[in-house]
Amino acid sequence: MALFALRRLLLSIPLLVGITFVSYVVISLAPGGPLDFLTPEDPNASVEVKQRLIQEFGLDQPIHVQYWQWLKRAVRLDFGRSFLPDGRPVLTKIGERLPITLFLNLIEMAIIVGLAVPIGVLSATRQYSLYDKVTTIFVFVGFATPDFWLALLLMILFGVQLGWLPISGLRSLNWEYLSFWQQQWDFFSHLVLPIVVATFGGLAGFSRYMRQSMLEVVRQDYVQTARAKGLSERVVISKHALRNALLPVVTILALALPGLIGGSVIIESIFAIPGMGQLMVQSVFSRDYPVVMGNLVIVATLTLVANLVADITYGLVDPRIRFGGRRRSR
Amino acid sequence: MAAKSGPRGEMRQFWRTFSRNQLAMCGGAVVLVLVTLAVLAPLLAPWDPNRPDTKKILSSPSSSHWLGTDPLGRDVLSRVLYGSRISLAVGFVSVGIAAAIGVLLGAAAGYHGGMVDNLVMRLVDLMLVFPRFFLLLAVLAFLKPSIWTIMTVIGLTGWMGVARLVRAEFLTLREREFVIWSESVGAGAMRIIFRHILPNAIAPILVAMTLGIPAAILTEAGLSFLGLGVQPPYATWGNILNDGRDYIEIAWWMTLYPGLAILITVLSYNLMGEGIRDALDPRLRQSRVGRILRLGR
Amino acid sequence: MPRRGAPGRSLLAWAACGLLVTACNGPIESRSEDGPAGGSAPAYGDTFIQASIGDIGGLIPSLTSDQSSHEIGGLIYDGLVKLDRDLKMVPSMAESWTYSRDCLELTFKLRRDVKWHDGRPFTADDVLFTYQTMINPKTPAPFKEGFLLVKDVQVPDPYTVRVIYDKPYARALETWNTYMLPRHLLQSYAEAGTLRESPQNSHPVGTGPYRFQEWKAGEKVVLVASPDYFEGRPYLSRIVYRVIPSQATIFLELKAKGVDYASSLTGIQYARQTEYPAFRKAYHKFRYPGSGYTFVGFNLKDPRFADPRVRQAFAHAINKQELIDGVRLGLAREATGPIRPGTWAYTDDVKRFAYDPEKAKVLLAEAGWKDRDGDGLIEDPDGKPFTLTIRTNQGNDERKKIAELIQQRLKEIGIQVDIQLIEWAAFIKEFVKPRRFEVVVLGLGSGTDPDQFVVWHSSQRGPDQMNRTGYANPEVDRLLELGRASCVQEERVQSYHRIQQILAEDLPMIFLYTADALPVVAARIRGVSAAPSGILHNFTEWFVPKQQQRYTSG
Repeated sequence: MALFALRRLLLSIPLLVGITFVSYVVISLAPGGPLDFLTPEDPNASVEVKQRLIQEFGLDQPIHVQYWQWLKRAVRLDFGRSFLPDGRPVLTKIGERLPITLFLNLIEMAIIVGLAVPIGVLSATRQYSLYDKVTTIFVFVGFATPDFWLALLLMILFGVQLGWLPISGLRSLNWEYLSFWQQQWDFFSHLVLPIVVATFGGLAGFSRYMRQSMLEVVRQDYVQTARAKGLSERVVISKHALRNALLPVVTILALALPGLIGGSVIIESIFAIPGMGQLMVQSVFSRDYPVVMGNLVIVATLTLVANLVADITYGLVDPRIRFGGRRRSR
Repeated sequence: MAAKSGPRGEMRQFWRTFSRNQLAMCGGAVVLVLVTLAVLAPLLAPWDPNRPDTKKILSSPSSSHWLGTDPLGRDVLSRVLYGSRISLAVGFVSVGIAAAIGVLLGAAAGYHGGMVDNLVMRLVDLMLVFPRFFLLLAVLAFLKPSIWTIMTVIGLTGWMGVARLVRAEFLTLREREFVIWSESVGAGAMRIIFRHILPNAIAPILVAMTLGIPAAILTEAGLSFLGLGVQPPYATWGNILNDGRDYIEIAWWMTLYPGLAILITVLSYNLMGEGIRDALDPRLRQSRVGRILRLGR
Repeated sequence: MPRRGAPGRSLLAWAACGLLVTACNGPIESRSEDGPAGGSAPAYGDTFIQASIGDIGGLIPSLTSDQSSHEIGGLIYDGLVKLDRDLKMVPSMAESWTYSRDCLELTFKLRRDVKWHDGRPFTADDVLFTYQTMINPKTPAPFKEGFLLVKDVQVPDPYTVRVIYDKPYARALETWNTYMLPRHLLQSYAEAGTLRESPQNSHPVGTGPYRFQEWKAGEKVVLVASPDYFEGRPYLSRIVYRVIPSQATIFLELKAKGVDYASSLTGIQYARQTEYPAFRKAYHKFRYPGSGYTFVGFNLKDPRFADPRVRQAFAHAINKQELIDGVRLGLAREATGPIRPGTWAYTDDVKRFAYDPEKAKVLLAEAGWKDRDGDGLIEDPDGKPFTLTIRTNQGNDERKKIAELIQQRLKEIGIQVDIQLIEWAAFIKEFVKPRRFEVVVLGLGSGTDPDQFVVWHSSQRGPDQMNRTGYANPEVDRLLELGRASCVQEERVQSYHRIQQILAEDLPMIFLYTADALPVVAARIRGVSAAPSGILHNFTEWFVPKQQQRYTSG
C-alpha cells in the first residue's frame, strides 16, 4: 500500500509538469492575447506600447521557451506578476481570494454533508414512501433551480422588501467601527444568502449518493443477519449499515477536495464576493497567463492529491479492482 | 453470474420493477411529452420565435401572448417551445458524444490493460484536473461559437465518467467464464467486446447517460449566463433566462417559465434515470459495478 | 436653468439644456439649491457610496484603460486643464495658458498653491517628469500619442511650462488634461520601467480633491477628502467605490440604499422600474446625451460593400428609430456622424437616409442583387445569394439586440444574416484587426476634440490602427490634416463640418445612435445638476445637509 502511494506520488510530478505544459500551450494558442485586452478600442490608444509589452511579457519567444521560463520560476513558487495594469504578484492576487472561497466552500460542504446524510439514509430506509418521494423532488428542485434566479429572488425578498439581510458584499462599510461580536454577526449576515443558494443546489448530488449507498448496503447479507439476530432496526442501521454506507461517501468527499478552491462565478458575481471563481474566469477572458497558470497549478496539485486519497480509500473498499490488499471493511 | 434467463425475461423483470416506481413512471411520461412537444414545436408555436416587435417590449402574459414577451418583443411561449428543441438536442447529442468517447476509451483500457490502460487513465486524470469551466472557455475560444460547438465541447469534457465505468465493467467481466471460453475458442477481440461485454455494460452506461442529459442542459444554461451559449437570435432556455436576468422584478415571466421548463425536464430525466437504475438493481447488486457506478462518475 | 454658464453660449448648448428641462422627469430644478424645509446649507461630511461593475485596473490611470480606474483617478489626480460643464477646457492646476501665434508653442502658468497629498509642492518639474515618463518606451501607457508629438518641454521657472511642437497640433491642450505624476516618488521607477510595481500603484499620491485611503482588491476603494485641496475641500468627506460585478445586484443595492449612485441605468430600468413614488422620492434620475456612438461598420474591402449603392440600401433598410426604441426604450439620440452633439464642431446639416425598405430593394437591384429564383433571398447575377454575418463582441446586451433587430430588417429585403457574438479578445484579434469581417456592430467614443484623424485617415488602415472599415477618401484626408494643423477654433470648424457631410454620404459606417446617460443619485445629495458634460462636473460641490447625513461625518 505504501509502495503504491509512493509510486503514485512520484508519477504525479511528471504528470503535473505535463498538465501545466498543456495548459500553457492551450491558453497561449487561444486567439487573442493579453495585449488585445490592454490596448482598447479608443482612437487615442497608442500602438507602440504593444511592442514594449510584448517584449516585457516575453510573448515574442516560442511557446516552449516561454513555458520553460515560467517553469523555472514556478518551481521556486514564483508565479510572476499579473499582466493586468495593476501588475501585482500572482500569489498575492490568489491569496486575497482563496481564504474566502475556501471558507465558503468548507461551510457549504459541512452543511451539505450534514443534511444529505440523514436525508439520504432516511430516504433509503423508507424507499418509495411519501417521505422519500417528497425529499427526492425537493432535492431535484434545488438541483435544477438556476442559481442566479434563486439568488436574486432571495435578495429581493430579504434585502429589499424585508430589509433583514444585506444584499451583496462581504462586510458592511462601517465594519472597522463595530465591536468584535457585531463584526461576526455582520460577516455572517452577509454570507447567509450565498450559502443558502449554493447549498440548495448542491444537496441533490450528495443525498442521492448517500441514498444509493445505503440502499445497497441494506441489502447485504450481514445486515439481514443482524436483523435476524433480533437487533433493533435502529441499531442495525446505525451500527452496521451506516458505517459501510459512509465509506464510498468519504471517497466522494476526497474527490471533492479540488473543488474547494474553485468558486461559482455566477454566485460570486451576483453577491459581489471577491472569490476564486471570478478570478479564474476573468483571467481567462483577459488572457492573463500568469494568473491562469498559478490557479491551474494549485488546482492540479490538489486534484492529483485528492485522486490519490480517493484511490486509496477506493482500494480499501474494493480490493479486487485495485491491487492486492484485503481488509474487508466492517 | 450464471446464465441469465434471456433478454426477454430480463426486459420483463426490468419493466416490473420500474413500473412499481411511481416517480420514475411520472418522470418517464413527462420526458415523452417533452420530446413530443419539442418535435412538434413548429406546429404548436403561435408566433415566429425570432421576430422582434419593439412595440411590445416585455409585455406581461395576455391572451395573445400566453407567456408574455421578451425585451425585444418576441413571444416567450414560442421561444420556449423552440428552445426545448435546442436544449434537448444539446442534452442528447453532447451526452451521446461523451458516451461514445467514453465507451471507446474505456473499452480499450479495460480490455487491453497494461500500457493502453495506463495511457487512458492518465488522460482521464489530465482531463479531470482542469476545472470544467476553464476547459469550456478555452475550447470555446478556439472554435466558432455555435450550437454544434457547444455540444461538442460539453461532450468532449464529460466522457471521463463513462470511460471509468466501462473500464471497470470490462475489468470484472474479463474474468468471467464465458469470455475466457470465447477466447479459447478463438473469437476475435472485437467480437467479444461487442457481443458479450458491451451488452452487460450497457445498463450503467444508459443510466449515466440519462443523468447526464439534465447536467448538459444546465451547463448550457450556465454558458448562456456567461454569454457563451448559442448565437442569437435562437432561443434556448438558458438564454431566455439570461435575457430576463435584469428584469426579474418587472418581468417575472422571463425567468419563471424557462426556469420551470428546465426544472421539469431535469426532474423528469433524473427520476426516470434513477428508476432505471433501481430497476436494474438486482443485477447490479451482484457485481462490483454497482459501487463503481456511484464512484466512477 | 443653470445659473452658472453665461448666456450667449453656443445655441446648441442652450438647446441641449432646454431639451433636458423638458425631458427629465425628476425634479431637477427644485432640489438643487433649495431643499425641503430645514437648512440645506452646504455642510461637510457624509460618505458617498458608488457601485462599480469592474474592479479598477490599477491606481496609476496613465497605465490603465478601464473606466473605473479613470473615474477614481480623476478624483485622486489632476491635470493642468480640465473640462467644465459645457465641455470646454478650463484651468485646473494651470491658472492660464497661451498659444504662440504660429500654434507651435503652448505656455502654461501654473498655480502656486497646489500640493501633493504628502505635502510637497507641485511644480513645473512634475509636469516635465510626467511628460518624460509618458514618452519613455518603457512605460506601458495606452494613450501616449499626444505626448509623442511634442518636440520639447521647457521649464524656465518652477511655475511655467513651455511645450513646443513641430507642427501645429490641434489637440495639444487636451493632452495636458492628463494626470500629473509626482517626480519625487516615481523617478526611479519610471526610469527602470517598473511603474506598475511601484507603491504608487497601490497607494497613490496625487494632487486631486480626494486622497487615497484603501483598496481591497475586488471589493472596494475608499477615498477621503483632501483638506487642503487648492479649489477648496470637497464637501463629501468620504467616497467608497463598491465593486459589484452584476448590474442586477447594483440595481437592488440602489433600492435597498446600499449605494447612493449608479452611473447609468439601462433603458428599461429608467423607463419601467424606477417610476414608482417611493423611488422618485429617494432618488433623482438624470438624463443627458452620452458621449459615444454605436455604429454598423462595413468592411470596405468586401467587394459587395465597395459599391455605395449597397451601403445606402443598408442605410435605408435599417430603422434607426426602431433601434432606439427597442434597445434604449427611446432614451438615445440618432447619430449622424462621429462628432459629439453639443460640441463646437458638430453639425447636423448632413444627408440622411430614411427608413425605406422599398428604396433599399431598388438600390440593391441597381447594384445587381435581385430575387431571381423566388425564394425570398436576393442573389447576384451568378445566382449566389446575399448572405452575411454580423459580428459583435459578447457581453454587450445592446449590441446584441441591435444585431438581432437589423437581422430582421435585412431579412425583409432578402438578405440572409447570421449573428456571431465573440469573446472580446478573440474578436479583436481574429476578426477586427485582420479585417476578417463583413459587418460589425461596435461603438466608439467621441472625445471633446473633434479630430478624427486616427479613425478616418487612409494612413490609419493598418492592423493595429483604428481605421477599421478601411475608408480612404482623399478629400477627407485633406480635411483631416487641415483640421489638425490649426489651434484656432474658427479655422477648424469648416473642415469638420465638411467631413461630417462627406461621411454621412459615403457611409463607411452607418451611425446609429448616441445613448443617453442615465445616472441616478440618492436624493439626500444636493448640488447635482445635469450639464452637457454630465453630472460629475461639479462633484466636489455636492453635499449632504447636516441632518440628512447617513454615515460617519467629518
